[in-house]
Amino acid sequence: MNTIIKTLITATAFFGLSVGIANAAGGETKELKHHHWTFAGITGAYDKESVQRGFQVYREVCSACHSLDYVAFRHLGQKGGPFYMEKCPEGFPSTQDCRQPIANPIIKALAAEYEIEDGPDDGGDMFMRPGLPADYMPGPYANVQQAAAANGGAIPPDFSLIAKARHHGPDYIYSLLTGYEDPPETITIAEGTYYNPYFPGDSTSLLKPEYVDDEGHVLEGVKVPYGGVLKMKAPLSDEIVDYADEETPETVEQYSEDVTNFLMWAAEPKLESRKRMGMISMIYLFIFAGIVYWSYKQIWSDVDH
Amino acid sequence: MSHESTYVPGSAIERWLDKRLPIIRLGYDSFGDFPTPKNLNYWYTFGGILSVCLVIQIVTGIILAMHYTPHVDYAFESVEHIMRDVNYGDIMRYAHANGASMFFIAVYLHMFRGLYYGSYKDPREMLWIIGVVIFILMMATAFMGYVLPWGQMSYWGATVITSLFSAIPLIGDSLKTLLWGGYSVDNPTLNRFYALHYLLPFLIAGAVILHIWALHIPGNANPTGVEVKSKKDTLPFHPYYTVKDGFAIVVFFILFAAFLFYMPNSLGHPDNYIPANPLVTPEHIVPEWYFLPFYAMLRAIDFNFLFISSKLGGVIVMFSSLIILFFLPWLDRSKVRSHRYRSTAAKLWFVLFVADCVFLGWLGGQVAEQPFILFSQLATAFYFIYLLVILPLLGLMETPKELPKSISEDVLSNTKKKAAISATPEPVAQPAE
Ligand code: HEC
Ligand code: HEM
Repeated sequence: MNTIIKTLITATAFFGLSVGIANAAGGETKELKHHHWTFAGITGAYDKESVQRGFQVYREVCSACHSLDYVAFRHLGQKGGPFYMEKCPEGFPSTQDCRQPIANPIIKALAAEYEIEDGPDDGGDMFMRPGLPADYMPGPYANVQQAAAANGGAIPPDFSLIAKARHHGPDYIYSLLTGYEDPPETITIAEGTYYNPYFPGDSTSLLKPEYVDDEGHVLEGVKVPYGGVLKMKAPLSDEIVDYADEETPETVEQYSEDVTNFLMWAAEPKLESRKRMGMISMIYLFIFAGIVYWSYKQIWSDVDH
Repeated sequence: MSHESTYVPGSAIERWLDKRLPIIRLGYDSFGDFPTPKNLNYWYTFGGILSVCLVIQIVTGIILAMHYTPHVDYAFESVEHIMRDVNYGDIMRYAHANGASMFFIAVYLHMFRGLYYGSYKDPREMLWIIGVVIFILMMATAFMGYVLPWGQMSYWGATVITSLFSAIPLIGDSLKTLLWGGYSVDNPTLNRFYALHYLLPFLIAGAVILHIWALHIPGNANPTGVEVKSKKDTLPFHPYYTVKDGFAIVVFFILFAAFLFYMPNSLGHPDNYIPANPLVTPEHIVPEWYFLPFYAMLRAIDFNFLFISSKLGGVIVMFSSLIILFFLPWLDRSKVRSHRYRSTAAKLWFVLFVADCVFLGWLGGQVAEQPFILFSQLATAFYFIYLLVILPLLGLMETPKELPKSISEDVLSNTKKKAAISATPEPVAQPAE
């Protein structure tokens, strides 16, 4: 056993060494801001108010460029969603079950604010009609070519899964949104691009000529800045969205937190029910393991082993 | 079966059935009173765990198949439909994806167990060979399954791995076209992978039956490596091992549940939540974790050797690393089965070999740059040197420790030792440093 432990220690040291070597390479991004998320952990759940505000931020700012293809209005009103209703507000007929997204008045009203293309009608023509809870959210562009043309060649990614489609998604989105800063002195950036130390990229190629030698090697003592440039201008600024609730600060940090909560919900709408099920399963499994272990001890008690 | 049947049909209907189709007898003889060595430890529970894994994959897989659409335009969307709109669809999908990882954790531990206790040695060579066949089928199944959600890693992983076949001389290009069903990874590829992904698990199930058959001819091996000598050495499988395996399965489920419910995406790659896009290559293309050791060996060969291109070399080395496992029963020349009675040197080399496999896995996840390539080359070389040189030589050179006369003797001497230890007074608690 001792030899095993020793080998493990040596192996670990060896790993540590190689990781050190790996990190010396360029093209690094700044260490992400570690935010505390209410949905993290084994009893994690969404902060419903924050997700609602995040939806507002998405709707008023991000939806100008980013689609949300896999999210329907009804999803917002289902269990675990930001506009889920335990019971209908005062004044609704008792036959109406507002737990059902299609009967949820907020969802119905929200969907109706959108114009959805439908058809063809009996005459063979497409027509516009107010949205229904079952409709999916309409995106900002007709096709990717239009999206690219409107954004200097970059396509704003769809938001349905963005929080799971990046390493440490929520921390990354939060850091990116709050991380815009003026480009460092040492680099020049092209028009229509914006510097962000959290955006993956290699800013070596952006270094001003005086910091690289003739062969393109970075001069001794010059630090390559973190991150890179992207084609999205900082989308948020203080007070850009007007929150109904007077308490909540209208700052970039708050907006970013809220919109990140919303994006995580959009990517993982069943997170709460999954974790609840996990809790029940775990309790069951631990008790069951205890019982089976006890049976094992009982059954084997008369055996020498 | 290798032991006398002791089944006595209890009712008229059982007697009637027993004359015509003795299926209850088969079940009873195989899993009821099957004589099993009484000294099996927890390393011997992975066989049962693996059977459960296969059942989980097949059940969750069939449910997924009811909602999945194998078409490049709809596959990704249909998986999202499963995740968002199908009742318990998220659980089914996460159980299937994490279930594959659990399956591989179990199979790797099962195989290292075989290596440590020399389970593949005479008369269990066929048992081991069928096991390696199962392992290779599992890898093929998991690889094709990973393509189905048609995310970025699905697409690019499929492209990288299928392109390898073109390195095979003469038939390589035709083989690649056959795999693709065209001239690139596209809809025909997805369709045939889906068909095969549905088929292979049932071939695995068939191979598992052969595996258990081959196990029940000589009976289980055990940690001492000494064959069963008398009835005193064994216990009936039920209830002794059903309860022990059962406990291990429940503990394994706790691990599974931890991933499934609390970190279902931690073993996957975020890029697979981006729909496949043939025009955008991901920065790093990495396979699932369970393929990483083999991926490292593939990439370790970055040089041409005589007429063999580096690509072909990588393919040869990677496939050889699997093929060589078939020959293990003959490569290991040890006079005793179990490492328990082998020299310290043998134990040490074994530990190094395990560490080497883990190290290869880690290397497979690194970028293909120095110093990782060099490390991969060294680790690959060690993998082969251990199996081809060290293992045979150790067996020829070492003098094993004395074996116990029988399993019961070994068990008894252990119990005495334990009794002696617990008889000594409890050590006095030391103050904390
Ligand atoms: C004016 C259009 C526009 C608006 C408004 C906008 N974005 Fe973007 N966004 C883009 C474009 C274009 C890209 C792609 C940038 C690139 O790849 O260079 C992008 C990319 C992103 C990315 C992905 C970065 C990566 O890792 O690839 C995130 C996250 C993001 N936007 C979040 C937001 C959020 C949150 C909002 C709303 C608060 C928002 N965006 C509003 C245009 C926009
Ligand atoms: C040996 C058993 C099996 C293994 C190791 C296995 C492995 C996998 C893997 C790794 C994936 C990708 C999961 C993901 O990342 O989303 C997958 C997907 C899939 N598998 Fe299997 N599978 C097995 C058996 C089956 C069976 C028997 C069926 C059907 C009858 C099936 C149907 C599917 C379907 C429909 C998908 C696509 C949905 C998805 O991606 O989640 N699988 N499989």
